Amino acid sequence: MDTTSPRFPANVREAFSDQQLQRALSKVPHGFIKKRADARDRLPEFDQLRDQARDIKNHTLAHLDLYLEHYVDKVEAAGGRVHFCTSADEARATIIDLCKGLDASTVTKGKTMIGEEIDINEALEAAGITPVETDLGEYIIQLRHERPSHIIAPAVHVNKDQVEADFRRVHSHLPPDRVLEEASSLVNEARQVLREKYLAADVGITGANFLIAETGTSIIVTNEGNGDLTQTLPKAHIVLATIEKLVPTLEDVSTILRVLARSATGQEFSSYTTLSTGPRRSGDPDGPGEYHVVILDNGRSRMLDTPFQHMLRCIRCGACLNHCPVYQAIGGHAYGWVYPGPMGSVLTPSLIGIDKAGHLPNASTFCGRCEEVCPMRIPLPSMMRHWRERQFERHLTPQTVRWGLGVWGFFARRPPLYRLLTGIGARALKTMAGKRGRLNSVPMAGGWTKHRDLPAPAGKTFMAQWKARGR
Amino acid sequence: MSTTHPRVGLFVTCLVDMMRPSVGFAAVKLLEKAGCTVEVPEAQTCCGQPAYNTGDRRTAADLALATIAAFEPYDYVVAPSGSCGGMIAKHYPLLFAEGSPERRRAEAVAAKTHELISFLTDVMGVTAVEAAYEGKVTYHDSCSGLREMQVKAQPRRLLASIKGLDLVEMGEPEICCGFGGTFCVKYPDISNDMVDKKASDAEATGAGLLLAGDLGCLMNMAGKLKRRGSKLQARHVAEVLAGDLSSPAIGEGEE
Repeated sequence: MDTTSPRFPANVREAFSDQQLQRALSKVPHGFIKKRADARDRLPEFDQLRDQARDIKNHTLAHLDLYLEHYVDKVEAAGGRVHFCTSADEARATIIDLCKGLDASTVTKGKTMIGEEIDINEALEAAGITPVETDLGEYIIQLRHERPSHIIAPAVHVNKDQVEADFRRVHSHLPPDRVLEEASSLVNEARQVLREKYLAADVGITGANFLIAETGTSIIVTNEGNGDLTQTLPKAHIVLATIEKLVPTLEDVSTILRVLARSATGQEFSSYTTLSTGPRRSGDPDGPGEYHVVILDNGRSRMLDTPFQHMLRCIRCGACLNHCPVYQAIGGHAYGWVYPGPMGSVLTPSLIGIDKAGHLPNASTFCGRCEEVCPMRIPLPSMMRHWRERQFERHLTPQTVRWGLGVWGFFARRPPLYRLLTGIGARALKTMAGKRGRLNSVPMAGGWTKHRDLPAPAGKTFMAQWKARGR
Repeated sequence: MSTTHPRVGLFVTCLVDMMRPSVGFAAVKLLEKAGCTVEVPEAQTCCGQPAYNTGDRRTAADLALATIAAFEPYDYVVAPSGSCGGMIAKHYPLLFAEGSPERRRAEAVAAKTHELISFLTDVMGVTAVEAAYEGKVTYHDSCSGLREMQVKAQPRRLLASIKGLDLVEMGEPEICCGFGGTFCVKYPDISNDMVDKKASDAEATGAGLLLAGDLGCLMNMAGKLKRRGSKLQARHVAEVLAGDLSSPAIGEGEE
C-alpha cells in the first residue's frame, strides 16, 4: 500500500478539519475501554495470562524456523499447500495465479490486514476478478473506496447516517422507502446482500489470527460469522498470513485466545473461533476443495534479533489504538499506512522504513497507556524511543531540533553556565509577562503559545533563592 | 544510613528551578517535616529527558552521569516530579551497558530515587499533613508518575487528611494531558486536542483547583485553562500539602 506517513502533519490537520471523523471519534473510546476494563476485572488471572501469552510467543519466535517447518509438514499432510512469499509483489502474484488456475471471477474476503498490506483487492480487480468484502466494516469501506482506520473496527471513522446514505446509493435495487435508521436494519440489509455473494464466489480469502504448528491449522476469530461462509462455500480457501502468526500448539492458542477478545472488544471470547485444517475430506458435509496458505514475510524476518522483535508478538487486538489519546484525537488514516496507533508507530517504520515513517514514533507523549493494556506486554514506548534513536544516529532528526538540543546540552552539562542562563531566562520571561503572570506569545515558542498561554516564571530561580538563603 | 533522619538529596527538576521555585520550597518543607535532612546538590541541572526522548543517547548519558555523581552521597534522591523521578529510577540504568561500572552506579542511584509524594507516604510513613484548604479540588494523574512510579493513591491519601478539602475526581484522571515534553511543540495540534479535553474534564468537576505532581503537565493544563478564560486554577500538589499558597497559582497574575 502507498504511504502518506511522510506527510503526517498535513494528515493531522485534515483529521482535525474533518467534522464527520471527529464526530465518529468522539464516540469510540469509552465503549472499548470500559468493556476491556470490565472483562479484565472479571478474570483475576488476567495479568498472569498476559505473562504466559508473552512467553509463548517469545518461545515461538526463538524457534521460528523449526515451528514453520513443522507447520508446513502438517498442512501438506492434511492436503493443503503452503506458499512462502518474501514480498508483497510475490504474494499478490501467488494469489492471482491461484485464482486464475481456478477460473475465478468472484472472490469473497474475510477481514485481513495483510490483504491491505499487499493491496490484494486492487490486484484482483486488475486481473479481472471481483473482490467482495464480507466483514461488515470492510464491506462499508469498500463501498466508500476507503481504507480501514482501525485494525479490528475498520469503519470506526464512519457514522451510522453515512452508512445509511452509502447503502441507499449502492443497494439501488431495494425499495427506496425502506427504514434503515437502526444499526440492526443496516446489518440485516448487508447480510441479505452478501448472502448471494457467498454462494456465487469461486474463492474465499481470509486472514489468520493464528497458525498452529502442531496441527497445521489456521484460526480466524470473528463476530459476524462471515469468515465461516467465506472459507467453506467456495471451491478454494486461501489463507493470507504472516510468519509471526505461528503458535506451537492448540493449548498455546487457547491461552492467547483468553487474552485476545478480552483486550479487543471486552468479550470473554469472540462469537466465532473457526479452525481450518486442510481442504474438504471425503465424507465431510462441506468445505473447500483446495486449501492454500500464503505466508508473507515482507520485512518481518529482519526484525528478529533486533530491539523490534517484541513487535512480532502482536496479536492485533487493537487495545493500544483504543487506549491511545493520540489515536483518539486523529483516527487511523492520519498515520498514513496500514497499521495505525501505537502498534503501527512501531511496526510501520520496520516494514516501510524510518525515513518514510519517521513522524509516527515521534507522535507520542510516551504516556505508556498502550503498554499498560497490551495483552502481549509489548514495550511500545521503548520501541518508539528506539526508532527515535535510529533517526538521531542517521541524522534524520530535523536540523533545528538537533541544533536546539546541542545548545541545550552544552549548557546542561555545565551547571554554572546553566544557572546563569536560567537566571537570565527566568527574569526576562517574568519581565515580559509583567503582572499578568503569563504570556500569550513568546518568540520561538509558537508551538506552545498557538494554543495555550505560557505561565511566567516567578522571577528568581530555586537554586538562586536557595543559595541566597544560605542553605 | 540514619533511619530517623535520612539525608535526602532534592532533585529540584529544571522546570521547578526556573519556572516555579515555590514547588521546591514546598518539597523541602514536607521532607523536613517528615524528618529528613534536605540538601540540594549544586551540580544538578536537568535529568536529560529532552535528549533521551529525542534519541540522543549520548547527551542523555552525559547528563545522567553528572546527576548520578551529584546524588551518590545521599540516602535518598527525591524529585517533586514522577517524570524526572522516573527517568532516574527507571531509565538511567538502561543508558549504560550491562555489567559496566556506570550501569552499577546508575542502578544504585535508581534504587534510592523516589517521587516526592510517594516517598513521603511509602518510605517516611507520612499519613497526614498539617495544612488547611477549604473547597473542591481535582487531581490529574501524570503519566510517568502513575505508570512508572506507581503514584496513584498516595497523593489522594494525604489530600484526604486536609480538613475542608473535597477531592472530586475527573471522568478520566489517568488520561494524558498532551504535554509529553517536546511532543507539545512538535505536534501542537494533537497536543491541543488532548489538553482541551483534559481542561473540559477538569472544569466539569466543579473544582476550583486542579492539582498534579508534575510541573510540565501543570504548565500545559494551566496554560490551556487560562487561554480558555477558565476560572479553574492549577497548582502542584506539594504546595497544597505544605500549606503554602503564598505564590499566585500557575499562570495567575499578581493583582
